[in-house]
Amino acid sequence: MAKQVQQLDRVIIRFAGDSGDGMQLTGDRFTAETAEFGNDLSTLPNFPAEIRAPAGTLPGVSSFQLHFADHDILTPGDAPNVLVAMNPAALKANLGDLPRGADIIANTDEFTKRNLSKVGYSVSPIDDDSLSEWRVHAVPLTSLTVRALDGLGISKKDAERAKNMFALGLLSWLYHRPTEATIKFLESKFAKKPDIAKANIVAFQAGWNYGETTESFSVSYEIKPARLAPGIYRNISGNQALAYGLIAASVQSKLPLFLGSYPITPASDILHELSKHKRFGIRTFQAEDEIAGVAAALGASFGGALGVTTTSGPGVLLKAETVGLAVATELPLILVDVQRAGPSTGMPTKTEQTDLLMAMFGRNGESPVPIVAPSTPSDCFHSAIEAARIAVKYRTPVILLSDGYLANGSEPWQLPDVADLPDISTEFASGPNDGENFLPFKRDPATLARPWAVPGTAGLEHRIGGIEKADGTGNISYDPNNHDLMVRLRQAKIDGVDVPDLEVDDPDGDARVLVLGWGSTYGPIAAAARRVRRAGGKVAQAHLRHLNPLPANTGEVLRSYDKVLLPEINLGQLALLLRARFLVDIISYNRVRGLPFKAEELAGVIQDVIESE
Amino acid sequence: MNDIVNGRGLTLVPKSDTKLGMKDFKSDQEVRWCPGCGDYAILAAVQSFVPELGLKRENMVFVSGIGCSSRFPYYMDTYGFHSIHGRAPAIATGLAASRPDLSVWVITGDGDALSIGGNHLIHALRRNVNLNILLFNNRIYGLTKGQYSPTSEIGKITKSTPMGSLDKPFNPISLAIGAEASFVARTIDSDRKHLQSVLREAAEHQGTSLVEIYQNCNIFNDNAFEQLKDPEVRDDITLRLEHGQPIASASKAVRQGPRGLEVVPRASVREEEILVHDIHNPDPSLAFALSRLDEPAFEHVPIGIFRSVDRPSYDALMADQLDQATTDRGPGDLADLLYGGDTWRIG
Ligand code: SF4
Repeated sequence: MAKQVQQLDRVIIRFAGDSGDGMQLTGDRFTAETAEFGNDLSTLPNFPAEIRAPAGTLPGVSSFQLHFADHDILTPGDAPNVLVAMNPAALKANLGDLPRGADIIANTDEFTKRNLSKVGYSVSPIDDDSLSEWRVHAVPLTSLTVRALDGLGISKKDAERAKNMFALGLLSWLYHRPTEATIKFLESKFAKKPDIAKANIVAFQAGWNYGETTESFSVSYEIKPARLAPGIYRNISGNQALAYGLIAASVQSKLPLFLGSYPITPASDILHELSKHKRFGIRTFQAEDEIAGVAAALGASFGGALGVTTTSGPGVLLKAETVGLAVATELPLILVDVQRAGPSTGMPTKTEQTDLLMAMFGRNGESPVPIVAPSTPSDCFHSAIEAARIAVKYRTPVILLSDGYLANGSEPWQLPDVADLPDISTEFASGPNDGENFLPFKRDPATLARPWAVPGTAGLEHRIGGIEKADGTGNISYDPNNHDLMVRLRQAKIDGVDVPDLEVDDPDGDARVLVLGWGSTYGPIAAAARRVRRAGGKVAQAHLRHLNPLPANTGEVLRSYDKVLLPEINLGQLALLLRARFLVDIISYNRVRGLPFKAEELAGVIQDVIESE
Repeated sequence: MNDIVNGRGLTLVPKSDTKLGMKDFKSDQEVRWCPGCGDYAILAAVQSFVPELGLKRENMVFVSGIGCSSRFPYYMDTYGFHSIHGRAPAIATGLAASRPDLSVWVITGDGDALSIGGNHLIHALRRNVNLNILLFNNRIYGLTKGQYSPTSEIGKITKSTPMGSLDKPFNPISLAIGAEASFVARTIDSDRKHLQSVLREAAEHQGTSLVEIYQNCNIFNDNAFEQLKDPEVRDDITLRLEHGQPIASASKAVRQGPRGLEVVPRASVREEEILVHDIHNPDPSLAFALSRLDEPAFEHVPIGIFRSVDRPSYDALMADQLDQATTDRGPGDLADLLYGGDTWRIG
């Protein structure tokens, strides 16, 4: 039977299953195939914090959403067109997000009485007509996989485990994905277990063939490659981009990188990635706790390294005292905070933008720290270099505010030319700076930075510490006027950090409403602004990458619109800062669900603000 | 692992071209401990000892936490870092691990090292980073004006414990040996010669050396170590630990008893029954047993080096992995890294 081929401009697929079903791997592979094919894409993994939550239950559901298109896209998509549900829990947990008419591919083998009752279904929803709004493809994925692997001599358990590759094969057929790379991937992943490699490859191919022959799928789809800007691309997640950015920062600053870190979700992957690159001279130190991680990094900075520590919200709190020490001693340090849902342990695998005020103010005393926030997964690369640039140039700790959405999400990244990366190198102090003497706190008049004199430099022996220092000499000082001066100098140094102006995107130049954002909300806000404009609405968009100090023109930009809308995944933290600083009546839009905004939702909010004029 | 850069101690620290003296290590800062504080004696002992190491002054770093003793770095004319409470071992770890050409010293006290910084201390010891940790033990909180510390004896009456402290103190030597520190020693502020001989061994040792220094706080806990200084009794209660020598004081001796080590009148045992000290014993059990001899209350106190064993230092192992990675795959190249994954070209 000749099958129909239909053209689509974009598709959103969500793979969902038990946390043991390998959905993240399946999603990753589909993403790799899609990247290779040349679509633009954006991904959203969503998984429980538990490594193996009880099988078949709602809390145990792990999913991976992928949006891909023949044009440039900005978000992982609001609502899936296709849901792959590996069990009843996966169906139930995700059904609410499915628009009418979407496809559901359900693994009927798992729709047993027992599994159904675990999530409160008394009858299988596949058998009654409760799913009539959707197009259901009932596929016995497990038994088809087991049958396909019959004769390979592997255990039933191993055969069943390959069902995710069967599903991947089926979806790869459905969307005309290239398959060679997945086969190569499986060969190398299971190089030490050739029979398992074989089983997975056979299952993958069986899934593809099933699509071609079965009557449950009469149509397959083509999504043409996207016409992105010419260049060389790779797919990259935020955490990987951030790790690469830190490596690049080390190369571009000519400083050896020292990472002191303690494992924490969702930041650990940066530690894992950096620990693979020792040949760049990178030292990774898995410390006994969060405090030791940052303390060791600061010790390394004192010795002339680029000291970095990576963590999430709870770890930032523990590191606060050491960051204060870095403020007082005026040494470079990068603290990467991959924000997650709080307070306390919160929801470790879910995203939030709730650490901004902590980054700004979460230390004792007047303790200003520059803050940089990447806007997309690939922007984590450039933001890491920018954070290092500021840290090194101004001898200051810098907080880099990523989040769980950026960390685990991925997108195609147009690779930069290494020759175009900024030179962020600095000079260590090499001799006296005050006649015969060396004054460790004599500042560069242009930047207010103090000299960085590293141990091993003869004649510059000096002592630093957390006690207040006399301006210039750095000797201990309790003098009231000196303290006031030092507080102001430290503040002035950070206020004077050179950050580029805030750019506004307003295609027609006559919008009266500005939608402002920071960090990972860039994609959903930009997608929402596009929708509004397509529907004839006028909206300007601006996105802050530097949160401290703010770009010099921030106030001017805010004041030049009738209304400023600021969506944040918190209860209005940046809004609080901007209102206080610029006396502008910001309209906040806040949702704190552990999930990114949806473009449709924000488009509605923008539209409402425009109409309320 | 393959051939580790081992046994280096100070071998990677550059030597001074000129002969330095005590005055070269005195900073211009006024020393601000209470008159009569034991810290003065330790400072003088260190300042007069370090020139002997023959190292470049600029390659020595003193790192401290918070407490009276932690002011120490300000008085040494070397590089110094007066940090925050309890964290000096962690800061020094980052410094020493990334700079094998430095001789790094941590100055800490019983509160700093054993209370707020207890975790960092034991992990530094187990890792064996190339550090010398001098733990000034005065068995009291001095800087906060006299609360009991984690080494104060049970029942200590202080401002925060008017009816007596309830918690059992740490024995820093037992703790360090429990963490399998590769070098553990005890000395006392008033015995400069002994103090310096221990520091010499500590400095030469590769990996972490922990030196407990009994230090008198004459303001809040005066005479805490009086028995060890009183000429009438000190020779009887001090068990001098010397490698290859029998462990004994003037009147007492240590021997293996049926239930572990015991201290008996010296006259009651034959010379060959007395335990001979072996600082290089790879098994820490005997050193631990020795550290327990002063329990419960200073009847006999071992002084000297409890343990000194060869173990690769963390920083050397770390440097080795970097070298190995570079030897195996060549030095890192940024363009190769970025363009090395699955890439595709558009246009
Ligand atoms: S309080 Fe005690 S330890 Fe502190 S300086 Fe005074 S005497 Fe020394």
